[in-house]
Amino acid sequence: MTQKTLVTATINGDVVTFACEPRQSLLEVLRETLNLTGTKEGCNNGNCGACAVLLDGVLVNSCLVLAVEVEGATITTIEGIAPKEGLHPIQQAFLENAALQCGVCTPGFIVATKALLDRNPNPTEHEVRAWLAGNLCRCTGYDKIVRAVLDAAERLREQLTPTAEEAR
Amino acid sequence: MTEQVRETPTVKTNGTAFRVIGKRVVRPDGVDKVTGRAQYGADVKLPGLLYGKVLRSPHAHARILSIDTSEAEKLPGVKAVITGKDFKPVADRVERSGEGMVNYSYLSKNIMAQDKVLYHGHAVAAVAATDIHIAEEALALIKVEYEVLPPVLNVLDAMRDDAPILHPELRTREAGAVVGDKPTNIASHEQFAFGDVERGFAEADVIVEREFHTSTVHQGYIEPQNATALWNADGFITVWTSTQAAWDEQRELSEILHVPISQIRVIPMEIGGGFGGKLNVYLEPLAAMLSLKAGHRPVKMWMQRDEVLKATGPTSASVIRVKVGARKDGKITAAQAWLAYEAGAFPGSPVTAGMGVIFAPYRLENVLIDGYDVVVNKPATKAYRAPGGTNAAFAGESVMDELAEKLGMDPIEFRRINAAKEGDRRADGPVYGRIGYIETLDAIANHPHYRSPLPKPSAPWCKVGRGVASGFWFNWDGKSSASAVVNPDGTVAYLEGSTDIGGTRASLAMQLAETLGIDYEDVRPMVGDTQTVGYNDATGGSRTTYGSGIAAYHLGKEIIREMKRRAAQLWDVPEDDIEVEGNVYRYAGHSITFKELCAKLEETGGPISVSVSVNTHGAVPGLATHVVDVEVDTETGKVQILRYTAAQDVGRAIHPDYVEGQIHGGVAQGIGWALSEEYVYDEQGHLLNASLLDYRIPTALDLPLIETVLIEVPNPNHPFGVKGVGEVPIVPPAAAIANAIYHAVGVRMNVLPMKPSAVLKALGKI
Repeated sequence: MTQKTLVTATINGDVVTFACEPRQSLLEVLRETLNLTGTKEGCNNGNCGACAVLLDGVLVNSCLVLAVEVEGATITTIEGIAPKEGLHPIQQAFLENAALQCGVCTPGFIVATKALLDRNPNPTEHEVRAWLAGNLCRCTGYDKIVRAVLDAAERLREQLTPTAEEAR
Repeated sequence: MTEQVRETPTVKTNGTAFRVIGKRVVRPDGVDKVTGRAQYGADVKLPGLLYGKVLRSPHAHARILSIDTSEAEKLPGVKAVITGKDFKPVADRVERSGEGMVNYSYLSKNIMAQDKVLYHGHAVAAVAATDIHIAEEALALIKVEYEVLPPVLNVLDAMRDDAPILHPELRTREAGAVVGDKPTNIASHEQFAFGDVERGFAEADVIVEREFHTSTVHQGYIEPQNATALWNADGFITVWTSTQAAWDEQRELSEILHVPISQIRVIPMEIGGGFGGKLNVYLEPLAAMLSLKAGHRPVKMWMQRDEVLKATGPTSASVIRVKVGARKDGKITAAQAWLAYEAGAFPGSPVTAGMGVIFAPYRLENVLIDGYDVVVNKPATKAYRAPGGTNAAFAGESVMDELAEKLGMDPIEFRRINAAKEGDRRADGPVYGRIGYIETLDAIANHPHYRSPLPKPSAPWCKVGRGVASGFWFNWDGKSSASAVVNPDGTVAYLEGSTDIGGTRASLAMQLAETLGIDYEDVRPMVGDTQTVGYNDATGGSRTTYGSGIAAYHLGKEIIREMKRRAAQLWDVPEDDIEVEGNVYRYAGHSITFKELCAKLEETGGPISVSVSVNTHGAVPGLATHVVDVEVDTETGKVQILRYTAAQDVGRAIHPDYVEGQIHGGVAQGIGWALSEEYVYDEQGHLLNASLLDYRIPTALDLPLIETVLIEVPNPNHPFGVKGVGEVPIVPPAAAIANAIYHAVGVRMNVLPMKPSAVLKALGKI
């Protein structure tokens, strides 16, 4: 048995300390140690994006990050996207645009979409496709996903834009 | 981007127009799936859980001389090690399981090799340990001695008399009867024939004859196979898994483990895609056996992606020869095909389905189709969305396009002249019911896409072209069960047994709500398991919204019957005289809504719970026509999809979003099959591209938005007109793209995938 290391990180707003071996990926620790199973394993080699999380605001595949590397980091997983009440506009847009079928790639797509829209609130269809090219979906042909992301961007822009009344 | 074409006015139900069907409601499992809360197979956690891993063959074809597991067993943390010796011989018996016929003996040898390994990645041993990394370390300590044998890696080589033999006992069968007397790799030869093709070809003015080669491709679901099993001390086995077919897996486990089905419970978890690849067991029996040997501790296993590609699925590579003749007026006079499909390591390719698909859209008088199921040293093939259909249509529809061109006819007009209609007989025997094939041709002919000029090439060395192809899929009937509880608050708890892959909890709840005349939100659907709900055939064959929809309808009718009884009791009137319109129950001056009546259940005899089982016999095939614009870069050979439109007879779009979703997904897989996906082997039979990026399924950047035309020609055998929609969308794309490439650059592609090097080769540039 390899010696375990204690690691402390902020995950979805909670300060969490966990013990892990140097060979364990962040994905494995999230899923098997911390029971945050919303982050999915599709390939374990960075090809599919199902395990996408935000690491200090940067979109990463958690299967390619060693758990010991996240000491002191801030991590957002799919479980940390929704506000306390209801859903995040990206989640709502995925639901209303029927942008999921089996749903196993969905957490990765939603996290990746959040990373995109945090940077670029008004992406073109091509920019959406290029950004999401690291997330594989086999059910939807990406059609309704792309539409959902464009819709989510619009919803978020509307949230940011003050209404006429607020502007006064 | 979707327009809906309705052939008939909206069908009425319960005396009112549809109140739920046709709406784009939010799916009931949606919130769990966008928040990460949905429980998939790999998310299962149990007290005392062990982790299992599989040791796989590094050789494509070898005899196992010995396996020494002693060092692995000594590693601290290892709780069980199993090999083929732990599995008793299984009856050499063939039954329908999943979407096709399964020989349980072969199935058992596929999930764990016995005396021979037959493909790179074939399981030879498995370990359960307290930690997944310990299990991996233990695999490295297992010593396997092999006698390496020469592999045979493609269908034509495997059919030669001097080919290496995979199964010394295998003899060729024709129509189920053994006809061969010597060892062979040809498991079966089937033939469909009617009329006289020789006479038909003699009457033809134009004949086109071509040969096509297609590669092995995988379903490519994003969730790898997984299984968690507990073989309890009382002999009862519980399996939590990702499956399209819980009851089929229960039977397969029973055969492989020699345990009665009454002692096996299969719980289908949320499933991360299947496309036919999750109809049969892989890890489930291994996890159960490890659990038994580990002292009844639960064992969880899931595959790595290279294991998925090496050892599950895929679908057949094939060689297909097609010869079709037509008169100057466009009428086809004869059609002949020869199909040889790779079965992989064990018999069971979908060649018979391919034989049925290849000329299905057409009315033929003279037809002769031969098909061969051939074993090779590759993974055992499994169903993949319209199994065998895409490669068959690639061949058949490429030849139809060439015939139309040689006759100087528009490809849609040529198809319209020959289109099959209700009453026409297919090559595989059945006579067509109410199909909407011609409607799909008309929809494409009149679509703005087909009527628009071709887009301009993006560079002088790029060429654009437009191609058309049609497709057919059988669609399946089968058995479904469901049960329901009517709650005092007016809602209905609905338990169905079809694994929900693409939104069927929504489409089934909608049909139940429609039948009851209540709101969709008042039906709460849930997927049961082999212990909690009656038997259900697989989620496959495009049968769920159709067949389990019929069960939902009858479930609703049973609830209505009981509700009428309660209303009759309330008013002290004969129940047969109660009239039901929508959600309102009436008699003379009395009237009560479904919801109000639910509030009175307690005073009219207590709660209502009902269950039904149906065996359906009214599935109608699905037909589709697709048009695609491509740009071919003549310098690099890359083909880019510029625009894609699919028209399909969907019977009735219960939830249009998910019907479109099925078409989008099928087209995307078809585009991948056409342009980039393939298994690449070296000469020793090692799979060289066992990762998602090297296998290369399409990304968001590879595809355009996909336009759909949903044509509703209702199925007269379904209460709401439903036809299966999920499979036919994958059938036409490869042919449509091949035809578009021809019209762009003037070369006929006869290989899949039509990757850049294949296009450059066809152009004579390499």
